[in-house]
Amino acid sequence: MQLAAVILVDGLVYASYLFMVAVGLTIIFGVQRVLNTTHGSFFAFGAYLAATLIGAWYDAKWPQFGGFLMIVLSAAIVGIVLGVAIERLLLKHLYERDEHIVVLATFAAFLALEDVILLLWGTDPYYATQPVGELGASAIAGLKFDNYNLSMIAVSGVLAFGLWYALRRTTWGKMLLAVIYDREVARAMGINVTAVFLTTFVIGSMLAALGGAYLAPTISVLPGIGVEVIVIAFAVVVIGGMGSIPGALIGAVIVGLARAASVHLVPQIELFVIYIIMAAVLIFRPEGLFVPVKARKI
Amino acid sequence: MTRLADRTVIGLTLALVALFAAMPFIPNWMMFVFLQSFARGAVALGLLVLWRSGLISFGHALFFATGAYAAVFVQRMVVDDALAMVAGGLVASGLLAFVLGFLLRRYRGIFFALLNMAFSMVLWGLLAKTEALGSTDGLGITPPAFFGMKFTGDEGKVAIYVLAVILTWLFSVAVHLYMRSTLGALSNAVRENEIRLEYLGYSAERVVHIKYVVSALLAGFGGVIMGMTVGVVDPESMAFWTVSGEFVFITILSGTGNVAATYVGAFVFEIIRSVAFQYYPKLWQLIMGGTLLLIIMFLPNGLWSLLRGRGRGHATEAK
Repeated sequence: MQLAAVILVDGLVYASYLFMVAVGLTIIFGVQRVLNTTHGSFFAFGAYLAATLIGAWYDAKWPQFGGFLMIVLSAAIVGIVLGVAIERLLLKHLYERDEHIVVLATFAAFLALEDVILLLWGTDPYYATQPVGELGASAIAGLKFDNYNLSMIAVSGVLAFGLWYALRRTTWGKMLLAVIYDREVARAMGINVTAVFLTTFVIGSMLAALGGAYLAPTISVLPGIGVEVIVIAFAVVVIGGMGSIPGALIGAVIVGLARAASVHLVPQIELFVIYIIMAAVLIFRPEGLFVPVKARKI
Repeated sequence: MTRLADRTVIGLTLALVALFAAMPFIPNWMMFVFLQSFARGAVALGLLVLWRSGLISFGHALFFATGAYAAVFVQRMVVDDALAMVAGGLVASGLLAFVLGFLLRRYRGIFFALLNMAFSMVLWGLLAKTEALGSTDGLGITPPAFFGMKFTGDEGKVAIYVLAVILTWLFSVAVHLYMRSTLGALSNAVRENEIRLEYLGYSAERVVHIKYVVSALLAGFGGVIMGMTVGVVDPESMAFWTVSGEFVFITILSGTGNVAATYVGAFVFEIIRSVAFQYYPKLWQLIMGGTLLLIIMFLPNGLWSLLRGRGRGHATEAK
C-alpha cells in the first residue's frame, strides 16, 4: 500500500515535468513539423537560470515565495530569448528542407548550446532548494511528501487544461489548428503563418524551460541534464502520438509511472523501460496512441 | 551494364594503395585518427545506404555497440583472432538487424528514426546495468592476434590499420557495386514513390529490409574496428543516443554523392574533433555543432559537392 502510494506520487511528479517538456515538443512538431532537439537545451537553460535567480533572490534576503516568481521569470526569459533566436536564426531557413535534416540541425544547435551552458555556468552543481522548504510537507498513506513536488503535479494539470482551452476555445487556438491541418490553406485564408510559427515555438520553448525551472529546486543542477531529458521527451511524444496534446499528457503519465514502478520494483530495467514501452506502442500503434494511422498516398 | 571497374572503384583502389604506401610515414596519432575515421566512416556508409531511400536511423549505435561487444565476446570466449572478431561482430549485428528488420521495414520517416533510437537506448540501458558486461565501465579489448601472431604496442596499431584498410576497401567496393545494381537502383524509387514501385512488382519493404541489414553489418564492422582501436568498449561512447547522432552528422557532412565521401566526411569529423578537443576542450561541442550547422545551411549536398565541381561526376541525391 505504501509502496503503491510512493510509486503513484513519484510517478506523477516525474510525469508532470516530463509533460511540461513533452507538450512543448509535441505542439512544435504539430505546427512546424520540427522534432526539436534544442528542447533539451531550453530545459537545461531553464533549470540553470532558475537555480541562479532563486539563489540570488534568497541571498538578497528578499521576501519568501519569491522563488516561484523566479521560476516563472526564468521560463519566460529562456523562451523569449532562446526560442526567438533558434526560430528566427535557424529554423526559419529550414522549413522547406527534409524533416531529418531539420532534426539534425536542431541536434547541432543542441550540441553547441551544451557548451554555452558550460561556459556560462561551469561544471559545478547548482542548488536552490529554498522553495521546497517553504512549502513544507504533507503526509499521504503514512508517508511524508514535499508539497513542492505535489504542486508540480497541480501546475501540470492546470497547464494541460489551459492549453486545451486555448486550443479549442479561442480564436488563436483555432488558427493554430488550421495551420496544423493545412499550412497552405491556412495561409490562403489570411492567417499569418510566420507569426503562428514564431509564437508556437516561443510558447513551446517556455514550457520546456518551465519544466527545467520547476524541477531545479528539487535536484542538483548539473551539466548533461538536457541530454537526459530530451530523449525521454521524444519517447513521451512518440508514445502519445506526435502533435497530440492529450497524447503528451497520457504519454507522460505512462512514462512517469513506468519509470517510478521500475525504480522501486525492478531497478535493473529502470534505464530502458521507457524505450521498451515506446517500441511496444509503436508496434501496435505505428503513429502513437492518439494519432490514427494514415493511409499511404500515391 | 557498366564496367565493373568504374571511376569510383578505381579511385577506392588507388586510395587503398596510397594508404599502404603512406603507412611508414603516418605518425602514431594520425594512424589513430585514420582508424577512427574508418570505424565511423563505415557506420556513416551504412547510413548512406539507408539515406538513399530517404531513411535515417537515429539509433545505429545499436549495431555499432553490438559489433564491438561481440568482438570482445569472441576474443574472450572463442578465439583471439582479429578476423574472427570481425566475423563475430558482423554476424551479431547482421542477425540483430535481420530480426529487427521485420519490424522496422514497416516504418518510414521520423518513426523509423525514433524506433531505431528506442532500440539503441534499450541496449544502452542493458549494457549499463549488466555487471557481467562491465556495466558503465565497459570491457577491455587486448590487441588482437592475426593468424596466431601477436603484435603489441605500435606494431599492434599497424596490424589493425592494415586489417581496417583492406576490409574498408572491400566493403566500400561491395557497397558501391550494390548501389549500382538493380537492387540498389530501387533505393531512389523507395524514396520517391513506394506504391508505384510495388506496382512494378518489387517489394518496398524487402528493399528496406535488405538495406537495413547491410547498414547494420557496416555499423557492426565499424564497432569492431573502433573497439580494437580504442581498446575498450563501453555503453556511453558506443551505444548512447548522441553517438548515433554523430553518425548521422558524418553522413550529412559527407553528402550522399559517393561511397568515398563518407570516409572523407568521417576524416574531417575526426580532425575537427581532435583539434577542437586538443586546443579548445571546453568548446569542442560548440565547434562541432557550429560546423554542422554551417554545412546544413551552405553545403546541402555535403563536402563531396566541393570535390566534384567539374560537372561530370555522379548524380547526387540533391533534395
